[in-house]
Amino acid sequence: MTTTPAQARTMVGTAILRIVPDADVDGVSPDADLRQTFDLDSLDFLSFVELLTQQSGVRIEEDDYPELATMASTQAFLARRSG
Amino acid sequence: MAADFTMPSLGADMDAGTLVEWLVHEGDVVHRGDPMAVVDTDKSAIEVESFDDGVVQTLLVEPGARVAVGTPMARLGPAEAPAPVAPAPVAPAEVPAAPAAEAEAPAPVAAAAGPAPAVQPATEPVTTPRRRAARPPARPRAHPASPPVRHHAAELGVDLTSVDGTGAGGRVTRADVDRAAAARHRPPAAARRVSPYARRLAEELGVDVDQVVGTGPGGAVRADDVQAAAVPAARREAPEVAPAEPAPAAPTPPAPARAAGSRDAIAALMGRAKREIPHYYVATTVDLGPLTDWLRRTNRERPVAERLVPAAALLRATALAARAVPELNGFWVDGRFVPGEDVHLGVAVSVRGGPLVAPAIHGAADLDLPTTMQRLRDLVARARAGRLRRAEMAEPTLTVTDLGDQGVEEVIGVIYPPQVALVGVGRVVERPWAVDGMLGVRPVVRLTLSGDHRATDGSTGARFLATIDRLLQHPEEL
Repeated sequence: MTTTPAQARTMVGTAILRIVPDADVDGVSPDADLRQTFDLDSLDFLSFVELLTQQSGVRIEEDDYPELATMASTQAFLARRSG
Repeated sequence: MAADFTMPSLGADMDAGTLVEWLVHEGDVVHRGDPMAVVDTDKSAIEVESFDDGVVQTLLVEPGARVAVGTPMARLGPAEAPAPVAPAPVAPAEVPAAPAAEAEAPAPVAAAAGPAPAVQPATEPVTTPRRRAARPPARPRAHPASPPVRHHAAELGVDLTSVDGTGAGGRVTRADVDRAAAARHRPPAAARRVSPYARRLAEELGVDVDQVVGTGPGGAVRADDVQAAAVPAARREAPEVAPAEPAPAAPTPPAPARAAGSRDAIAALMGRAKREIPHYYVATTVDLGPLTDWLRRTNRERPVAERLVPAAALLRATALAARAVPELNGFWVDGRFVPGEDVHLGVAVSVRGGPLVAPAIHGAADLDLPTTMQRLRDLVARARAGRLRRAEMAEPTLTVTDLGDQGVEEVIGVIYPPQVALVGVGRVVERPWAVDGMLGVRPVVRLTLSGDHRATDGSTGARFLATIDRLLQHPEEL
């Protein structure tokens, strides 16, 4: 089952909120850098990847990290990989 | 032999703390190491563990109260003979309770009256003789539960006395606690209990406590609940603040009081450092090519949850270097250097929008890299959730501050007294790098060492950084 953009958005939002509980995930623009916007350090980012993996079932390698830069790129990545 | 549970010293600069909440009830059986209470130290909220086995007889301090280090906060009775055996003077008799308890329960629970962490023995005050008037012994409760289950219940805010145990011998199981948590409903506002600390916090944050969902025992409103409620409230006030700067999110310990107190604590400590410590600084740039290559390979074979980040490898290398160069691992006390007995590596953690704390990874030189990584994640997560443990706040022997994730290439730090050195780690960046006469692009990191010139000279610092560099060139051996 392909992950739709809406599903991907929810997954990203859920993951971010677990790490930054008061983050404004609904207000983030598709092309904003997630690490910068939510001030994620390397440990936070690892948690983010872990949570995304759990929710999507997609195994995310370190080499894939650049594709998780923004909401839009993450949506594209999850759609492609889960297909 | 009753032992008091006292306000511990959670750092060299701490003289008092605020009891945030109790994690135990009167009548609970506790074991050494069980979480007893959450204490706020101006820097961070910390779970404090029991130092003894026993039964909680009396909670002497109300949540919200600020008391000096060493103040008795709870009275523990002997574990073997719980309260019912000793119907101590219920009437306000002049007979003090303690001798009676001792007479009837001579079995000394633990000769270890003051088993403070070895690191900081001096701070554990000697238990004072009980002068307090007798209190009726706590009614024994029949809700046996293992410490992990009790802790779980405390986390969920489930009152164990209200849980029916389905385990062997009526023991309360984890599942029972979960059921009770799920079944819990919000009590009517009028009957709600609000801890004094939560109430004060609510006032500071402008939160209406009647609107707060309580997660404490019986739906009591705790400080955490107020903070949770304060966040959306704050957002309502300031609707669309574009995150021009990464919003200084302050999810966990945003109490203004804490932030101010923390600033004061840091101001005092850093002021002292710069007044007293003649710092010297050395720095070097380390090629992280071998490390990043190795991490990429090993991480491909690891479950996501067990992946390693460069920061953990840098900590591991620092811990090993601290063992190899012990002159930098320890304290400057009374005009001389006292080496640390082990390597307790302080890790400076910035809490989102909150204070800087530097809890320690204990025995860091004996932990392999995956364990170091695990400890680091755990420590950072709990520091941010405001739930550090007491032992982690005990004096680190050497501190590392890693600001790489904040984007700076170099940190030249201030030593935390009474330590004698501080390691600064910058960001891993790609730079042109010459090896064997060939120019290439490599990931490199800038490492600095701030040293106390009273304890060591620059050459010691240089040896230390050279050791880290050498270790990082063979990451598979870390």
